[in-house]
Amino acid sequence: MSSLSMRPCGDFRTSYKQDNTIFETKTIRWVTIFTIIALCFAPLVVDGYFITLLIQISYLGIAALGLNILVGYTGQISLGHGAFFGFGAFASAWLNISFEIPVFICIPLAGFLTMGVGMMFGAPAARIKGLYLAIATLASQFIIEDFFARAEWFSGGAAGSMADPVNLFGFAFDTDESFYYIALFALVFMFIWGCNLMRSRDGRAFVAVRDHYLSAEIMGVKLNKYRLLSFGISSFYAGIGGALYAHYLGYVSAEGFTIMMSIQFLAMIIIGGLGSIKGTLMGVIFMVFLPEVLESGVGLMKMTDWGNIPMVIDGLAYIKEMAIGLVIIGFLIFEPEGLAHRWTQIKNYWKFYPFAY
Amino acid sequence: MNFELLTQLIVNGLIVGLLYGVIGMCFVLVYKSTQIVNFAQGEFLLIGAWVCWASLIYLELPFFLGFLLSLVFMAGFGVLLQMIVLRPMIGEPIISVIMVTIGLSIFFQSLMKWIFGVSPQSYPKVFDTESISILGLNVEMAYLMSTVIALIIMVAFFLFFKHSKHGLAMRATAFDQQASQSLGVSVKHVFAMSWGIAATVSATAGIVLGMVNGVSDSLSIMGIKVFPAVILGGLDSIVGAIVGGLIIGVLENVAEFFDSQYLHIGNMYDIAPFYVLLIILWFKPYGLFGTQDIERI
Repeated sequence: MSSLSMRPCGDFRTSYKQDNTIFETKTIRWVTIFTIIALCFAPLVVDGYFITLLIQISYLGIAALGLNILVGYTGQISLGHGAFFGFGAFASAWLNISFEIPVFICIPLAGFLTMGVGMMFGAPAARIKGLYLAIATLASQFIIEDFFARAEWFSGGAAGSMADPVNLFGFAFDTDESFYYIALFALVFMFIWGCNLMRSRDGRAFVAVRDHYLSAEIMGVKLNKYRLLSFGISSFYAGIGGALYAHYLGYVSAEGFTIMMSIQFLAMIIIGGLGSIKGTLMGVIFMVFLPEVLESGVGLMKMTDWGNIPMVIDGLAYIKEMAIGLVIIGFLIFEPEGLAHRWTQIKNYWKFYPFAY
Repeated sequence: MNFELLTQLIVNGLIVGLLYGVIGMCFVLVYKSTQIVNFAQGEFLLIGAWVCWASLIYLELPFFLGFLLSLVFMAGFGVLLQMIVLRPMIGEPIISVIMVTIGLSIFFQSLMKWIFGVSPQSYPKVFDTESISILGLNVEMAYLMSTVIALIIMVAFFLFFKHSKHGLAMRATAFDQQASQSLGVSVKHVFAMSWGIAATVSATAGIVLGMVNGVSDSLSIMGIKVFPAVILGGLDSIVGAIVGGLIIGVLENVAEFFDSQYLHIGNMYDIAPFYVLLIILWFKPYGLFGTQDIERI
């Protein structure tokens, strides 16, 4: 989980302030700013399908960052993140329909509601840890899922519930292209917030709890407070992500938010790298593109003579699921530190290129 | 209040609870000796049941031969799994170990769906009579067999750990890995053996359940339902697993009964154990029989 930052020669830090900047080097800062500006022009360049993928990356990325704060930074385990994501989606739709609150206020409100629920279910975390916590959160996943199916006033029961598009000053963000900007804004905002959180006193307390909770407690870090806070923040992120998902699709049904979704979130942060904000985004991109790549791979195989096997083509849905399982296992065995670590290694290789030994 | 129905449900709960206990025992066995929480336990049931089904249908073996064949297969499967996937995970943090077994679970679940399809298949008839009545209660033959098998497995576990050399080695490894290694116990073999045993015994439970309800991917849910039982008893207590299994088995049936008679909330059968799990963890963070960790700096 540790990240060793390799800096170019001559780039010294002389104060804590310099050591705590969001971007490690000037180059990284400029590359990030240019990437965000370039992404703003994406709808003009790429086709609509790619935009839907980018929107998917945005809302999943926000939720996954929340999980990474909980798992990667605080060292707690949660198998119920998918349920919190779903809770955010339903909460936002419910607030909008029942109280007629404008959607762009509903989204943060849904985040806070989910935060409350997350802290309620995270409360045992103050006392239990490790495997027991994993299974307690598994229980909360099933209980919340059951709640969705049962509470018709909240989720619309089996029929699901409708969610209006985001509407700001009379302009409805109801197309993919326009919603893309909302999603992008939310993503950038939440990621900057996450970066800043990790630079703050609370963020350092999270890391201390993860690395050695007994020592942290002796040093004066309030264990219960930070464990609970971490659950709250992670659920807040999940709620925001879920709310965006709801208002993007316009319709929420209870079937999607299963244990499989929670596992996919965990897979994202493991593939990307636990305890790495950049890695979270890499993991999400990987997991969003994995099924697409598989699908086009099978599509290409279909065109050749030897690859036209009906078993493969009919079983595509299963192959996608199997690939998720395989990727999780493969990464944990061969690259347990995730893509972020691999990225650093590649960068260092080129930095030291002729003299790497 | 309908007492007859209630007693019938409680008896059913005890029978299913014994099976939970057996699956929970495998779970605890793997956890105790290798420190790995096996989220793929349900898939062991599933794979065992499908292999047995395939050997009965495609190879047309008689039941007991097919049964034995699938047990042998599963023993090999468990050992191989441990060697290939789980050996590299020794010493990794808990979250990685959990995720590896979750990955295995997803992989095998969809693999089984891919190979055998999603619709439930039933075994060819094994017993002539469907059910017999004991003391006025209807008990299905397959359930009776499952009870007998579960009891046999439990006794076998007891004898194995108490009186055999390998059992002693496994207990020693569970107690202190380094000390037992320095005294000549092959920890590698113990790890492989515990996975082999867990896979075999789970497969037995899977086949028994498959005979009652038919084989389908819903069998793998048993792997998740066993968690409340195991946590209730404490993750590292074999007796606790059996007691927890019995409690959960009875509890879900009783919850179902009260729900259908009075509350009408629905779906209590599946969800009640998880509520109990949360409540228990609130008061006893290490389960009823689990040993409390004492940590030093």
